[in-house]
Amino acid sequence: MAAKTLKINGTMISAREGESILEAARDSGVSIPTLCHLDGLSDVGACRLCIVDVGGRLRPACTTAVAEGMDIQTNTEQLRAYRRQIVELLFAERGHVCAVCVASGHCELQNLAVSLGMDHVRYDYLAPTCTVDISHQRFGIDHNRCVLCTRCVRACDEVEGVHTWDISGRGTSARIISDLNQPWGDAESCTSCGKCLLACPTGALFQRGSTVAEMEHASGRIAVIVESRRVRG
Amino acid sequence: MDLHELQQIARRERERRRRIRIHCCTSLGCHASNAIEIKRRLEEAVIAAGLEGEIEVAGVGCMGFCGHGPMVEIDPENILYEYVSPDDAPSIVASIHGGACTAGRGDKNHPFFARQYPIVRKNGGKIDPERIEEYIAAGGYRSLYRAINEMTPAEVIDEITRSGLRGRGGAGYPTGLKWATVAKSRGDRRFVVCNGDEGDPGAFMDRSVLESDPHLVLEGMSIAAYAVGADQGYVYVRGEYPLAIERLQKAINQAKKHSLLGSQIFDSALDFRVDIRVGAGAFVCGEETALIASIEGGRGQPRPRPPYPAESGLWGKPTLINNVETFANIASIIERGSAWYSGIGTESSRGTKVFALTGKICNTGLVEVPMGMTLREIVEGLGGGAPDGGTVKAVQTGGPSGGCIPASLFDTPVDYESLAKVGSIMGSGGMVVMDEATNMVELAKFYMEFCMDESCGKCIPCRVGTVQIYRLLEKITAGEATPADVDQLRALCQLVRDTSLCGLGQSAPNPVISTLKYFPEEYDALIKP
Amino acid sequence: METSSVSPHMRDTSASINDNRLKILEATMKRNQYRPDALIEVLHKAQELFGFLSPTLLISVARSLHLPPSRVYGVATFYHFFSLAPQGEHTCTICLGTACYVRGANNLMVAAEGAIGVSAGKTTADGTFSLASARCLGACGIAPAVIVDGVVAGNVTPRDLSARLVALLASPSKDESRT
Repeated sequence: MAAKTLKINGTMISAREGESILEAARDSGVSIPTLCHLDGLSDVGACRLCIVDVGGRLRPACTTAVAEGMDIQTNTEQLRAYRRQIVELLFAERGHVCAVCVASGHCELQNLAVSLGMDHVRYDYLAPTCTVDISHQRFGIDHNRCVLCTRCVRACDEVEGVHTWDISGRGTSARIISDLNQPWGDAESCTSCGKCLLACPTGALFQRGSTVAEMEHASGRIAVIVESRRVRG
Repeated sequence: MDLHELQQIARRERERRRRIRIHCCTSLGCHASNAIEIKRRLEEAVIAAGLEGEIEVAGVGCMGFCGHGPMVEIDPENILYEYVSPDDAPSIVASIHGGACTAGRGDKNHPFFARQYPIVRKNGGKIDPERIEEYIAAGGYRSLYRAINEMTPAEVIDEITRSGLRGRGGAGYPTGLKWATVAKSRGDRRFVVCNGDEGDPGAFMDRSVLESDPHLVLEGMSIAAYAVGADQGYVYVRGEYPLAIERLQKAINQAKKHSLLGSQIFDSALDFRVDIRVGAGAFVCGEETALIASIEGGRGQPRPRPPYPAESGLWGKPTLINNVETFANIASIIERGSAWYSGIGTESSRGTKVFALTGKICNTGLVEVPMGMTLREIVEGLGGGAPDGGTVKAVQTGGPSGGCIPASLFDTPVDYESLAKVGSIMGSGGMVVMDEATNMVELAKFYMEFCMDESCGKCIPCRVGTVQIYRLLEKITAGEATPADVDQLRALCQLVRDTSLCGLGQSAPNPVISTLKYFPEEYDALIKP
Repeated sequence: METSSVSPHMRDTSASINDNRLKILEATMKRNQYRPDALIEVLHKAQELFGFLSPTLLISVARSLHLPPSRVYGVATFYHFFSLAPQGEHTCTICLGTACYVRGANNLMVAAEGAIGVSAGKTTADGTFSLASARCLGACGIAPAVIVDGVVAGNVTPRDLSARLVALLASPSKDESRT
């Protein structure tokens, strides 16, 4: 496989052909914020947090393949401002109240806000009334904390191979649904494997019975499952 | 089917025709204004007058002057009647032999007609779209024959490239280059897709072409299939266009019957089938990757490009996607040559463009003009300006993805680059005219509500950003906003434009950005100090 | 549901296994070789036959096309043409495209809401009337345009529309007239 030479933040690096900018950057020690990306799952380029400047054009790092001679900036003032705005938009979209959340302290959205210096929300809180579904014996889903990253949908479809989850509606009315928009506990296709919980970046999917700050998502396990499956062939 | 048979069909059709044809427009606008009843009454009147041997009545496609419909034309006398009612039928028939006519007389020398250059709409208002014989008699399927029998696929692509034709769906990508990319992309199968998801409100060119001349589109697609090596085509049509779907389906059935679609077309190795896919009410499906997802039966959500559909489209195969109007240009380019076509229009934008003139304008309807005509000529010359003595304030081109151009910039020539320079886009060709009574901030809010409702919800900037922009516009129109809110509005517009996943999100702020730029006083008047 | 005055919007609940409409739907899926990518075509057909997409219908489509139920539900709710709730016996759709908007379509909406007594996207409690808006019918040449019970009309005034709707509301329903 041919190697590609490119520049990230002024430093020359080499990357494997077919690799994404995100992978190439991580390999060379440059971290780029992400939300909808999860190692082991396909990429959808939806959250736009990993956008980088490629020769003056903004591109999502997760779905853009490296090319010879690329000149990439990952952390300009403009990019930081855009990322802050995007996280702000998310906080304004639903009811993200860290103080009462099971995932507080282990939440990717919270971590993004901290690392990007987003300390207040300038937009109207859209504050829709979202449901909390605890019909499943072991798990629950709180739509107030969902960011529609679709990591659970992909984990269920691609890793467990079931496709219990999907999205209904569109725009801000979009919701994660199980089977025919039934309560999770009634969704016959669900195998209760819990991979969606591993994949969830926030406190939207949780283990029933967890209290504030108790819910730790071991999201790295998705990549381990996928990788070991690949190695075994 | 061979050339001889094609010529025979054309000859038989010419022999069948009566000396005089009464053309009765049966496209949507006239259709909704009683055209079918008018056609029936005309037929009755012809029989009542005992003139069946001399006169025939034909339902034809759109004549373009929808605002003056229903329209009836006497061919070859070149007499036009407008605002026709069913009761006018007997006198229209009588007028052919010198009787007085009660219907209003239209003017074929009106600039609305005289300054047009019909290529895409060459058969509009002349042939019955439901009869393939009429299309063939008008020279139809001769270009497909020529392409298959006298040209190699590479020569066809060359000819399209040299014509300078650019995509008529909005972005203006060079058509020949797109065809060449699809032809070169690796894949065991290739597809040709016609994008008829004309979602821009205020645009109805594609509907009119599909309703008036469906075979022209099918012939263009078949030529494309030959050029890129595709064996399957899809026409994706909006569900809002039932008449277009019905006529296109009839046209496909007729073409199949005459072996102009199917296996071994014109006894060559070309196999090409076409199926219709009916949209289900989602504006975003006009975006090519969303359109692909929809044809595959999924939620119409765009995905990041590259890879472009030309390399990896339907089911991951190389896919050529062009819009209805683009395909409708192809047969004429093959017939008359790229040199002829590239002689029309401007240096960077060759050929003609069909525009839908609507809103506060005297002459509502469809016009096809050479690229490079100024907005003033189109709006004031062909369109006749605002009705009831009003003043035209602005024209909105490109729908929710476009911008508002103020009257002070009406000397702008209409081509891809010039429109982009003034902050709008060519788009699919809708031109909505506004007069002094239109509040531009309200208009921006109208468009933002549209984009917000039509956002697929996949990427955050478009999904949530459009809602926040809409809320700020609501605050402004309610007179409750401060200058800080306007700064916030600008910053959000920039974010949505620069970071959204697909072209629709990226262009959603255009109506706000362009009205802020050209009509700042209308915003200022609403802002609290 | 045993009387003859059943509103058409309740039709689906009375659909039995031997319902002819199910056979037609089955034929549509068969013609498409039960391919999952025919989902939207099949949903169009199902809605045309039954008036709306009930959970039973969606589940049966999902099984036949070998699709996960959540995928079918996701598609059915993505596209605005599909309705998961019963529609009224009469429908009025007002085009809110730009050309119609500039020519006063908003006033038509106000008039229709006044005449029918429900807002856009809603159906009256008795199931007689549904009011909807459309993005653009492409009938800009005759703006503002409306569709009442499937028939397009152009250059409509609020007064005409009100009168038309009030008259329809006052007329006996199709089912009652049959008895």
